[in-house]
Amino acid sequence: MTREKLVLIGNGMAGVRALEELLKLAPDKYEITVFGAEPHGNYNRILLSPVLASEKTIDEIMLNDEQWYVDNGITLHKGKRVVEIDRVHRRVVATDGTVASYDRLILATGSEPFILPVPGHDLDGVVSFRDIHDVDAMLAASREYGKAVVIGGGLLGLEAANGLLKQGMAVTVVHLPDTLMERQLDRVAAGLLQRELESRGFRFLMSHQTEAILGEDRVTGVRFSNGTEIEADLVVMAVGIRPSFALAKDAGLHCERGVVVSDTLQTFDPRIYAVGECVQHRGQTYGLVAPLFEQAKVCANHLAEMGIARYEGSVTSTKLKVTGIDLFSAGDFNGDDSTEQMIFQDAARGVYKKLVIREGHIVGVVLYGDTIDGAWYFQLMRDATEIGDIREHLLFGQAHVGDSGHGDDKGRVAAMPDNTEICGCNGVCKGEIVKAIAEKKLFTLEDVRAHTKASASCGSCTGLVEDLIATTLGGDYSQTPSRKPMCPCTEHTHDEVRTAIVEQGIRTMPAVFETLAWKTPDGCHACRPALNYYLLCAWPGEYQDDNQSRYINERAHGNIQKDGTYSVVPRIWGGVTTPNELRAIADVADKCAVPTVKITGGQRIDLLGVKKEHLPRMWGDLSAAGFVSGHAYGKALRTVKTCVGSEWCRFGTQDSTGLGIQLEQMTWGSWTPHKFKMAVSGCPRNCAEATIKDLGIVCVDSGYELHIGGNGGVKVRATDFLCKVDTEAEVFEYTGAFMQLYREEARYLERTAPWVERVGLTHVKACLVEDAEQRKALHARFLESQRHAQHDPWKARAEGVDAHEFTPMHRIAG
Amino acid sequence: MNWIEIGRLDDIPRLGSRVIATELGDIAVFRNSADEVFALRDRCPHRGGPLSQGIVHGRRVTCPLHNWVIGLEDGEAVAPDVGCVKAFELRQEAGRLYLALPAVAEPSLPAAMEG
Ligand code: SRM
Ligand SMILES: Cc1cc2nc3c(=O)[nH]c(=O)nc-3n(C[C@H](O)[C@H](O)[C@H](O)COP(=O)(O)OP(=O)(O)OC[C@H]3O[C@@H](n4cnc5c(N)ncnc54)[C@H](O)[C@@H]3O)c2cc1C
Ligand code: SF4
Ligand code: FES
Repeated sequence: MTREKLVLIGNGMAGVRALEELLKLAPDKYEITVFGAEPHGNYNRILLSPVLASEKTIDEIMLNDEQWYVDNGITLHKGKRVVEIDRVHRRVVATDGTVASYDRLILATGSEPFILPVPGHDLDGVVSFRDIHDVDAMLAASREYGKAVVIGGGLLGLEAANGLLKQGMAVTVVHLPDTLMERQLDRVAAGLLQRELESRGFRFLMSHQTEAILGEDRVTGVRFSNGTEIEADLVVMAVGIRPSFALAKDAGLHCERGVVVSDTLQTFDPRIYAVGECVQHRGQTYGLVAPLFEQAKVCANHLAEMGIARYEGSVTSTKLKVTGIDLFSAGDFNGDDSTEQMIFQDAARGVYKKLVIREGHIVGVVLYGDTIDGAWYFQLMRDATEIGDIREHLLFGQAHVGDSGHGDDKGRVAAMPDNTEICGCNGVCKGEIVKAIAEKKLFTLEDVRAHTKASASCGSCTGLVEDLIATTLGGDYSQTPSRKPMCPCTEHTHDEVRTAIVEQGIRTMPAVFETLAWKTPDGCHACRPALNYYLLCAWPGEYQDDNQSRYINERAHGNIQKDGTYSVVPRIWGGVTTPNELRAIADVADKCAVPTVKITGGQRIDLLGVKKEHLPRMWGDLSAAGFVSGHAYGKALRTVKTCVGSEWCRFGTQDSTGLGIQLEQMTWGSWTPHKFKMAVSGCPRNCAEATIKDLGIVCVDSGYELHIGGNGGVKVRATDFLCKVDTEAEVFEYTGAFMQLYREEARYLERTAPWVERVGLTHVKACLVEDAEQRKALHARFLESQRHAQHDPWKARAEGVDAHEFTPMHRIAG
Repeated sequence: MNWIEIGRLDDIPRLGSRVIATELGDIAVFRNSADEVFALRDRCPHRGGPLSQGIVHGRRVTCPLHNWVIGLEDGEAVAPDVGCVKAFELRQEAGRLYLALPAVAEPSLPAAMEG
C-alpha cells in the first residue's frame, strides 16, 4: 500500500505537536516531510526566557531532537523556508529549490515579531525575541555591552528584560501605555508588579513613544516623541507578534488576521490544514500554547480520519515567567457596567486578588502575589459554575470552601524542598516529579500521572502537581483542559456521552461504540464501567448489566484485598443488630476460618481474607441467617449510620434509628455514580456524623434538617444545608429525589461533594426544593429503578449464578 | 512441551478470564471480544495482583490492584510502566483449548513460572 504524503510547513510547537498526536493515532498512515526555517529540531519556545536568564540551556529545552524524526521515519528539511505552495500540482517549494509533493498539508508557520517601522529599526544591535537566533544575539551582546533598552512592557518584554538584567546589563523598559501588561493586568496589579520589578533593578519609561533608533552602523540610542533620548547598545523590540500567513495568502488561501480555519482546522482548501499562531479561528488568534495544543489534537484526529473531534475555541490564562513573581490573569479582568468585582488586598504581604463576576459567574480573574487558587478560579470560570453559595469564602480560596484535609497543604510548592512528599498514596516526592517533567518532557497532568504515578490514585494532590508543572515549565498549559474526553478511547466527554445515550436512545454498549465512533474495539478499564453505569441508569429494567465491564469488586461482590483474597461485609440495617445475627456471623467466621473480623468505620462487621472460591458458600450461610450484601464493594448505596435517637437517648428528638433503617431499606441495592453514604442523627449533637455524608439528616424537635454533599474521605467537606421538612414521608421523598438527581447528573466516579460544587447548590435546590413536581418525578424514577435493583446478589450467587466466576476452570495436578 | 486440554472456549466469558490452578501457581486464561485466547501467569509484574480479575480490552488486561495495563500476547506492561509476566502458549482446536506447559520433568519449570 502506498502511503499518502503529508507535508508540514513550520517545525515549531503547534505543528510538531500535531504530528505527535497523529503518530499516536495512525503511525503508518502518512509519509511525512517537515520543512522548518530554523536550523534546529523542535524546541520549547516558551523556555527561551529561562535560557536567556541562564536558568536553562538550549539542550534542556529541545522537545524533539533530530533522532526523533529519524525514529519516526520523518524527512526533516531544517533551515529550509518554504516560499511557494503550488495548490494545482499539490507541492511546496523551499528557498533552496527543494520540492515536496503532498496529499495533505499542515501550515504551522507561527508568528513574526512586529518591528516598529521607525528610522534605524534595521541597525545592528536591534533584535526581537522569538527564536534561538535572537537569544544567541542577546547573550552575545550582553557579553560585550552594558546598556539594553527593551521596547514593550508586555509579557515578552518583561521576560526579555529580566533575562538581560540577569546577564548583568542595565535595562530600561519602554512602554507606550501608562501601565505594564495592560492586556493581562488591571491598574492595581500592574502597579504592584512595576514596584516589585523596580526593586529588582528594572528601570521604566512609561507613556513613551519611540520615534527613532539612533546610530550609524550599530545602535547607540533611542529617541522618543517627547524629544528625550537615552543611550543603548542593544534594543529589543517586544511590541507584539503578527501571525505569519503571507505564504498562505500568496497561495490564494483565505486570510484575515491569520489563516482562516474551520472547527476541523481546515483552511478553505480542504487538503490544507493550519494550526498554531498563524491561525484565525472563529475570529480569534491565539498566542499561548494551551489552545494551540488543543488545535493540534483536533487536526491530528481528522488527519487520522477519525473525523469526530471539533475545536471550539479556548479560554486562556496567563502567568509571567519571572522567577519569584506570582501573577495570574484570565478572562475579562477589567469588567464593565454589567459586572461586579470582588477584591482582596493585603499590602503588607503584597497580595492582590480580583474576581470579576457577571450574573453569578466568574468572568475574569487577576491574582498578584498569591496565585495558588488560579487554577481553581479558572476552572470555575470555564465551567460557568454558579458561585452564589460559596461567594462569602470565594476570595479566600478553595481551602476555605467548607473543607480541609489531606493533600490540601497550600504551602508554596515552588518553595518546598525536593524531598517533600507530594503524592501520599504512591509516595512520590517533589524532586521526582520535577525531574520527570524536565527529563521526559512532560507537558500535561496525564503525562505526569502516567510517568510518576503522582496524583494517579486518590487525586487529592492534583492541584499541587498542576502547580509543579506550572512552576517547572513556566507556561500555563498545565491545566486540565475544560473539555476532557472520558478516556483515550474517545473524544467525547462524560456529559456528551451521557446525553447521547439518553437523547439518541442508545441501549447497548456496542451501540455506544458504534454511534459515537469509539477508537478502540471494546473500550478500556476506564470507559467500560462508566458506560455500563450510564446505560443502567438510563434504561432501568431493560439494559442487561454487563459483568465484564464491572470492576472486579462489583463483579465478585466483595472487596479485593492486596493478596487477592476478598472481604465480606453483610448489611446491618442502620447499624442495629441482634444476638442471633452476631452468632450467625461468628459461626460463618469459624466455619470458614476467616483470619480477621473487624468492626468497620461504617457501623458493621467486615470478614477479611476470604478466598474467592469460598465466597458463595459463605454467602449461602449468611443469606440463610437473613443477611443481604452490604455493597461495601460497590459504587452503590453503602451504609446508613444512625445514632440511638429518641428511643433511648435523653436528648433524642426523633426516632433516628428507625428512620435510618427505613431509609436503608428504601435505597439499598441502588447503583450510583460513586459510593453513596447516609446518616441520621437524633439531635444536633450529631453523633452519627450526618454532616459529612452524601446525605445527612439531623433530627430537631420540629422536624428534620436535610444536609447534602458532605464527604469524610480524601478531602473533608461539610454538607450544605438543603432544607427542613416536617415528616418522615417528606424525608423519603427528598432522599429518593436527591439520589436520582445525583444518579442522572453526576459523572461516573464523581462523589456528591464535587458534583454539588460543580453544579452549585442553587441548582440542586431549584430541582428539589423549589420545584415540587420535579422532586416527585425524580422520586418516582428512583423507586422505579429500585424495583429492578433490589435483588440480593449474594443470595443469587449462593444459588449458582455466575458460578464460573468463583471456580477455577481447570486444575492441573503434579 | 506438554499440551494440556483445559476446557472449551465457552468456559471463558467473552472479555473475561478464568483461572487454571497448577501446583506452581495460577495461570490466567483470557478471551477477548474477537474470541482470541491468551494465557499469562496470574501475577501482575507490579505487586503480584491477580490479572485474571482485571478488565479485558482489546489485547490487554488492566490489573485490578493498581491499574497497570498488561499486553496479553507477550505479558509486557504497557509503557510507561515497565515489567513483564510470563506468557504461555494457548491453542484453540474445534472449540477446545490446549495450554502448553513445559514438560513436568523439565527443570526449567519453576524458573519459567517466576515470570
Ligand atoms: C472497611 C472500611 C475500613 C474499616 O475497616 O473500617 C473501608 C475500607 C475501604 N475503603 Fe473506605 N472503608 C470504610 C469506611 C470509610 C469511611 C467511613 C464511613 O463510611 O463512615 C470513609 C469516609 C467517609 C466518606 O466516604 O466520605 C471512607 C473513605 C474511603 C475513600 C475516600 C472516598 C472519598 O470520596 O474521598 C475511599 C476511596 C474511594 O472510594 O475511591 C475508600 C476505599 C476503601 C477501600 C474500598 C479501598 C479499596 O478500593 O480497596 C477499602 C476496602 C477494604 C476492604 O476490602 O474492605 N474509602 N471509607 C470501612 C467500611 C465501611 C463499611 O461498613 O462499609
Ligand atoms: C520568549 C517567549 C516566551 C513565551 N512564553 C510563553 C508562555 O509562558 N506560555 C505560553 O503558553 N506561550 C508562550 N510563548 C508563546 C509560544 O511559544 C507560542 O505560542 C508557540 O510557540 C507558537 O507555536 P507555533 O507552532 O504556532 O509557532 P512557532 O513555535 O513559532 O513555530 C513556527 C515555526 O515555523 C517556522 N516557519 C515559519 N514560516 C516558515 C516557512 N515558510 N517555511 C518553513 N518554516 C517556517 C518558524 O521558523 C518556526 O520555527 C512564548 C513565546 C516566546 C517567543
Ligand atoms: S481501609 Fe481505607 S484508609 Fe485504610 S488503607 Fe484502605 S483505603 Fe486507606
Ligand atoms: S499489582 Fe498489578 S498494578 Fe499493582
